[in-house]
Formats: sequence, C-alpha cells, structure tokens
Amino acid sequence: MRVALFITCVNDTLFPETGKATVTVLERLGCEVVFPFEQTCCGQMHANSGYQDEAVPLVRRFVRAFGDPSYDAIVSPSGSCVAMVHDQYRRLAAGDPELAAQVEALVPRVFELSQFIVGELGVEDVGATYPHRVTYHPTCHALRLLRVGDAPLRLLRAVRELELVELPDATTCCGFGGTFAVKNADTSAAMLSDKVRAVLDTGAEACTAGDNSCLLHIGGGLSRGRTGVRAVHLAEILASTG
Amino acid sequence: MSAHREAGFPTAARAALQDTQMRRNVRKATTTIRAKRERVVAELDDWEQLREAGRRIKERALRHLDVHLERLEASVTAAGGVVHWARDGAEAGRIVAGLVREAGSDEVIKVKSLATDEIDLNDRLAEAGIIAIETDLAELIVQLAPGDRQSHILVPAIHRNRSEIRTLFRRSLPGTEDLTDDPADLAEAARRYLRSKFLSVGVGVSGANFAVAETGTVCVVESEGNGRMCTTLPHTLITVMGIEKVLPRVEDLEVMLQLLPRSSTAERMNPYTSLWTGVREGDGPRAFHLVLLDAGRTEVLADEVGRQALHCIRCSACLNVCPVFERTGGHAYESTYPGPIGAILTPQLHGLRAGTTLPWASSLCGACYEACPVKIDIPSVLVHLRGRVVRQAREDGPRGKLARERLAMGALARVFASPRRYERAQRLAAAGAAPLSRDGKVEARLPGPLSGWLAVRDLKAPPRQSFRAWWREERGG
Repeated sequence: MRVALFITCVNDTLFPETGKATVTVLERLGCEVVFPFEQTCCGQMHANSGYQDEAVPLVRRFVRAFGDPSYDAIVSPSGSCVAMVHDQYRRLAAGDPELAAQVEALVPRVFELSQFIVGELGVEDVGATYPHRVTYHPTCHALRLLRVGDAPLRLLRAVRELELVELPDATTCCGFGGTFAVKNADTSAAMLSDKVRAVLDTGAEACTAGDNSCLLHIGGGLSRGRTGVRAVHLAEILASTG
Repeated sequence: MSAHREAGFPTAARAALQDTQMRRNVRKATTTIRAKRERVVAELDDWEQLREAGRRIKERALRHLDVHLERLEASVTAAGGVVHWARDGAEAGRIVAGLVREAGSDEVIKVKSLATDEIDLNDRLAEAGIIAIETDLAELIVQLAPGDRQSHILVPAIHRNRSEIRTLFRRSLPGTEDLTDDPADLAEAARRYLRSKFLSVGVGVSGANFAVAETGTVCVVESEGNGRMCTTLPHTLITVMGIEKVLPRVEDLEVMLQLLPRSSTAERMNPYTSLWTGVREGDGPRAFHLVLLDAGRTEVLADEVGRQALHCIRCSACLNVCPVFERTGGHAYESTYPGPIGAILTPQLHGLRAGTTLPWASSLCGACYEACPVKIDIPSVLVHLRGRVVRQAREDGPRGKLARERLAMGALARVFASPRRYERAQRLAAAGAAPLSRDGKVEARLPGPLSGWLAVRDLKAPPRQSFRAWWREERGG
C-alpha cells in the first residue's frame, strides 16, 4: 500500500518526532510511505478563524500535493486537520466546479492515523511496547467530526506493558480550539485547568491523543504546573519498542 | 435591544470566570442535567430519526414562512383572536402596552418568555406605567434581584444557589422572615406571593413555543403550572411570538413535543403543555391577541448558512453540554440568548452590529451540534459568521476591526502559498526562538497574542530541524 504522509504544518514545524514515528509505524505495517514536499498547511487555521478566502488557495495546494492517483491513501497524525479536509473542503471548493470535483475524488482517501490502521489495514497490534501508565484524551474533531470511535483505544490496549487508565470527563474539550486559545485565553485556561486536573487524577505519567495541537495546549499546561506528567502523541507510543 | 455598552465576550468572560460561587452553581446544575438528558435520550431507539424529522419540519416551516404566517393569521382570526405584526421590539412594546391599557389594567402576569426578554418588554411596559410580574420561579428570582439578568434559556437563575435565593426572598417577599433554604419552602414562598397575583391581575402575557398555522393553535410548554394560570385565568391574554415559531401542521407537534422536554428538562414529558385556539365563550380569556415579532428574523432568513439558527426550539441542551458556557456562565454572552445558540443567534438578530465577538466564543468542539434536537450545525454557523465579521471588517478598511489579525493572517497565507517561503519561515522561527528558549521551551515574555498563551501554559520551542528537513536529509526529495 502506497501511503502519502500528510504531516500538517504543526507537526512539521513543532513535532517532527511525531512525523518520524508515523513513518516508523506505517512502514512496520508494510506500507510504502512517501512525503509530497508540495504540502504546507491544510488551511484550517484560516478557515476556522473567518479567513475562508485565504483558505481556498490552500485547498487547491492540498489537492495538487496529494492528487497523485498512485497514492492509495493519504494519512495524517492529526484528527483536526483530517476533519478539516472532510468537513470543510467541499464547502470551500463549492465556487469552483473543477476544484470541487478534485476534492470529491480526494476526500475519501484521506485518513487520520488510528482510523487508517484499525479501519483500513485492519490491525490493532502494531507491535509496540511502552512500559508506562498512560491516559487517553479523545480530541473533539476526531471524536465528533471524524468519528474515529475507539480506534485509538484499541491500538493502545494492544501495546505491550502499557497500563491504560481511563480519563475522567474524557470527551470534554481541553480548551485549545485553535485561535480560541489566544482570543479567549481566559476561558481556554479555565477549560485547561479542568483537563489538567482530570489527567492528574488518573495518576498517569503521560497523556496521549491523536492531535498535537491539543497536546501542545495540554502539555503546555502540564509543563507549566511542573506536574511531572508529559503529553505524547499516539504515534510516538505506537512507534516505541520499549 | 442592547442599549447597554458591550464589553465583548473575552472581557465579560474574564470577569465571570472569577465568580467562584457562579462557577460552582453552573457546574453543578449543568453536570446534573447533562447526565439526566443522556439517560432519557438513550431510552428512545429512534432519537436520531426524531432529530432529523425535527430538522426537516423546521426547515420546511421556514422555507415558506410567509405562507405559514398568513395562514396562522387567518386561523387565529377565524378562532376569535386578533393578530398584530411587530417589526421590532419598540413596535411590539407599543402594541402590548396599548392592549393592556385598553383592557383597563396597569399590571400583567407573565409566563416565562424569551421573545419578551429579548425585546426588554418589561422595561418598555414600565415606561408606559405598567407593572409586569414574572410568574416563573426562576424569572421571579431574577426580577426580584436589582440589576440581575437571565443567564440560561431554561433556568434563568442557574447562576444562583438556594441560599442566595433565600436571602433574596427574605428581602423582597412579605412574611418570609423565617424562610429556610429548603427548595420546597422556597417554592412555597413564591407560590403564596404569586397566587395573589394570579387571582387578581386581569391580563396575561406569554410567549409561544409553537403555533400551528393550519389551526391557529398556540402552544406553551412548562413545568410549574404558572403558565397554565397565566393563560387561563386572566380575561385578556397577549402572546408575543417570534415569527420563526410557526409550524405548518398539528402533526408537527408530535415530533417537537418529544424532542423538547427530553432535551431541555431531561423529562420524558413536561408537566404542563397548554394549547389554545383563539377564544371560547365561558372558557379561559375573553380576548386573545397574538403579536408576531420580526426583530431581525427576516434578515437572518436571508443568510443561507446562518438561517438554521432560527430552527432553535429553545431547549438549552447546547448550553448544558457546552464547556465554555459551563465555565463562563450566561452573563458573559451579554444577551438574552447565551451559550452556543446565543453565539450564532445574537449577532445575526442584530445584523452583526452587536455581539460580534460571540462567534469566537467557542472552541468548536461540536458538543452542541451533537446535542441539538433539531440538528443545528452550530460549529459550522460559528465559522460562517466569523467569516462574515472578517469580511465586514475588511470593508471597513485597513485600520478597522481586527486590523492586526488581518495583517498576520494575510502574511501567513502568503507563507503557506509557497513551500519555499514556508520552509524559510520554519527555519526563521527555529532560529528566532532559540535565544528565547531553554530546555525546549520558550521562556521569554512575548508580546501580542502569544502572551495569553504563555500566561498559563509553557510553549514548546520549534526544534532546529523540521520534519521535512529531516526527510530530505534521510531520504532525499
């Protein structure tokens, strides 16, 4: 299976380790991974902040970067960027019939990592070992827009030596919300403190999720409080061999 | 009507977040009702089909709103009622005040009604020398506290706890010196006070949950029985109803009356559902007036994406599941309609001349959409309205609202437009952050939008090598 890696600008710039881990896991599962250099940002920040006009050229760029028909799947370690493609690209492309047709053809081939491994490859045990106590935060867009369901949890349960502990009020938003975190910094902080408290209540050493933007926020809170709990992307756990 | 100056959501929320008593009250109430709602919704196998049916009914009703409204007018008139059309709150206020005076009264008893709250009807009546008495327990609590305002669609006094209410009642209701904070005692005190009003005031004012075009039947759904009193005891009944509340057919109520109670009070059925059609000799009010209120609604209808806000049946499920509302409470929204639905309704009802920070008062987590009984896609409307606000700001010129943000977004769009520029920006960010960072974290105080981030969170510094740089080094490309 030939897989194009949709890295996302946040991972590319801030979390290269997550990208490398994604490559490791996909290759371990027998995929051929390619990285189209034409990709930059999917346009989520612009579209969700009210700059839809600026997002349209980024939709066009995405379609160009990933349009190669030799790609069986386009896979990304980010629930919200994949949700952006699934949920908003059709609307953004609506004014341009050619682009709309390209989007229509592309969208069904774009997958979030856990969705791809469990749903498309039919694998739950990716051969990982991670000897730590971990709690999982289901990020909102993966949960409600992509409906990845329990795919991430199935993957985590199959990891050797990993002790998975349930996060209280797991489905409550962490308060990141893209520009929400800076435009409504106080409300975002109030939501973050509740999420941090929930994470601490589990006694876990690490909080994982399928989205580094949420983890940037949760991890930033955990780090500021010097809690001794780290945020780690799901892909990095799945890539780990102990 | 928003004559008061707006602080805007970020500022109002900042103040609200510090009210520890309110935070505890709202958290407790929303947590309880959330769990109850989940239980009663799970009882129905066809909940999703019901939601879809509700959505379609509302969509159909609004598509031919003009036809349904004229049909409603004809049906109500045929049943002995009188229909009035009000363009805005001021006109509605004049109509209602005139009708009350005509009925020879200087007092009215009121059923809980958001439409009348929206247009500040009580203040308008007060200006005309008419006293409006709220008879819903929570509305009464808000009315008795000077300067207080509703903070929730269904539970307007959700920001108060019972000991605060006891203090308020002791101060304002006669014969309550020994009142305890037992909910039954508090309700009894309100009941005693209200009963004298039900039996003596000759004019009732209500809103409407639904009105059926084909029959002229108006429907009010409530829990306390005060609504039944207000709509049956007075000789004159005046109903103020937003024009979007019309339903084409009686059968539509079958769907709506299943969706509404489960979503709002988390009950299978609400205790009181009052339906009346015009007037009837020897039964209930002798005069019935229906005031059809536009107040910005036709303007909302013109927006293809935004118009679904008018599907709202005011259940408040979206407030109860919203993580923002749970923390800020309702007052931070500075509107009769708080929470997620308020964030899309308020700015639209004001033609984007007010409430323009509200579309951003959401993390777009989507819990509201999931809970909405008529499937209003609130996150999509929020994003759409953000776009409208930005476009409007752009028309105001480069120094208008959001000037800095617009510059930054434009610059970022140019960076993302070219992989070469993007990669250069990555290198610049890494190089620029290096002297400001320690142990992989940005340590310096940064100006602008990042200061809000750094106030409570650490910020991971960009590593020296981006993913794409690593790939090129390792694998070529």
